[in-house]
Amino acid sequence: MRNILAFIIRYNFMLIFILFESLSVVLLVNSMYYQRAVIQNAGNIVTGKFYSSVSNISEYLKLRRTNELLAIENSLLRQMKGMSFLKTDTNSFWVNDTLYRQQYKYIVARVINNTVGKRNNFIMLNKGRRNGIDKDMAVITSSGVVGTVVNASEDFAWVMSVLNKQTKISGRITKNNQLGTVVWNGMDQRYGTLIDIPAHVKIAKGDAIVTSGFSYIFPANIMLGTIQDFRVEQGEHFYVIPFKFSVDFNSLDYVYVVKNLFKKEQETLEKTTEAQGNE
Amino acid sequence: MSKVVAHNIARFFLLILLQVLVLNKISFYGFLNPYVYILFILLLPFETPGWLLLTLSFGLGLSVDLFTGTMGLHAAAAVFLGFVKPGVIRLVGEKPEYDLTTQPTMSEMGFKWFIAYAATMTFIHHLVLNFIDVFNFREFWQTIIRVIISSVFTLLFILVIQYIFTSHKEKR
Repeated sequence: MRNILAFIIRYNFMLIFILFESLSVVLLVNSMYYQRAVIQNAGNIVTGKFYSSVSNISEYLKLRRTNELLAIENSLLRQMKGMSFLKTDTNSFWVNDTLYRQQYKYIVARVINNTVGKRNNFIMLNKGRRNGIDKDMAVITSSGVVGTVVNASEDFAWVMSVLNKQTKISGRITKNNQLGTVVWNGMDQRYGTLIDIPAHVKIAKGDAIVTSGFSYIFPANIMLGTIQDFRVEQGEHFYVIPFKFSVDFNSLDYVYVVKNLFKKEQETLEKTTEAQGNE
Repeated sequence: MSKVVAHNIARFFLLILLQVLVLNKISFYGFLNPYVYILFILLLPFETPGWLLLTLSFGLGLSVDLFTGTMGLHAAAAVFLGFVKPGVIRLVGEKPEYDLTTQPTMSEMGFKWFIAYAATMTFIHHLVLNFIDVFNFREFWQTIIRVIISSVFTLLFILVIQYIFTSHKEKR
């Protein structure tokens, strides 16, 4: 003990120097922004890259679910907007833009009656003329085409489902823009048929079919389904393409009724032109 | 004795203020920064005990650090300077044995002694300070050149200050 004390006293200058010097160095290292910044920055580059790539992947995997949630939220918001209230809502939202004229108006409605098992299926909506729904309007959901309004009363609308003998919707294969017609053969509610696609066109399973937008009723690029199979009947020049509907007709709830604001103009133009041609 | 203590305390604060408020604001050619505050360590009496010398050096360096935002940098250099001070004095030449009140100033030790002492001390301090600051040896010669030029500047300042105070004393 005495020896240690003697040592400390003898070398106190040296020891105090070491003490202060190491204290300084500790302070220095703790506050050396340059060195610390270099180390932290290198770390951030690595971890940041890692995190962003992980989130890229997980984001992609979550897209479907996210879309669903957004669609649900959309309908809920539309529901809250007063559009959904049956009795009082007669006003509509109008946009008066000279550059982008609104062509389609969306009216949210609720399915209150629906069948899928018959040859000709119809859907009843809880809104009618009072809410601006009328004959020959498209009915869609966020996942795809549902049908066409065939009749409307004051407060209700009668919709011809795609699951109907009368259904003839102009469809388009997104990959090669080939136009065809969507029909339903009355068998399975999950599958429709695309016809009138020439047999020389190359198609593949999984290709998406959307509306062409040529019909005055449906806006373009509304999802119809994805190709499940395809074949050419003997002696025919056109494919028969069974495809899976993107809409589950058995679980319809909220739908959008689409009003084409230029429909009358388009139809009038077509009629007058045809009349001129016939003369 | 108390007069010496009072002088040193006053010098401590005045030099820090001079360093922080004036000299750190001036940058000569972008990188020359004279560190005149070390004059305090230089002028501490010969008899200052080792622990006090180091503690005062640390306090001085830390005070400058507080103002410049470089925690520990000046403290490390100043403590090192305090540590080598007795050795430098032994190297340059001890004070006369008989005179107890002699201070390591230019007026009392002579110009030749003082300039050798101050130059050695300044160079050591600037060397340590700059190498801690740069923290690598890749730019060795560049750093050495900076050390030498800065040392010359600091030494000039120290001599000017010494001259001013000496003449002041003589006038009185």
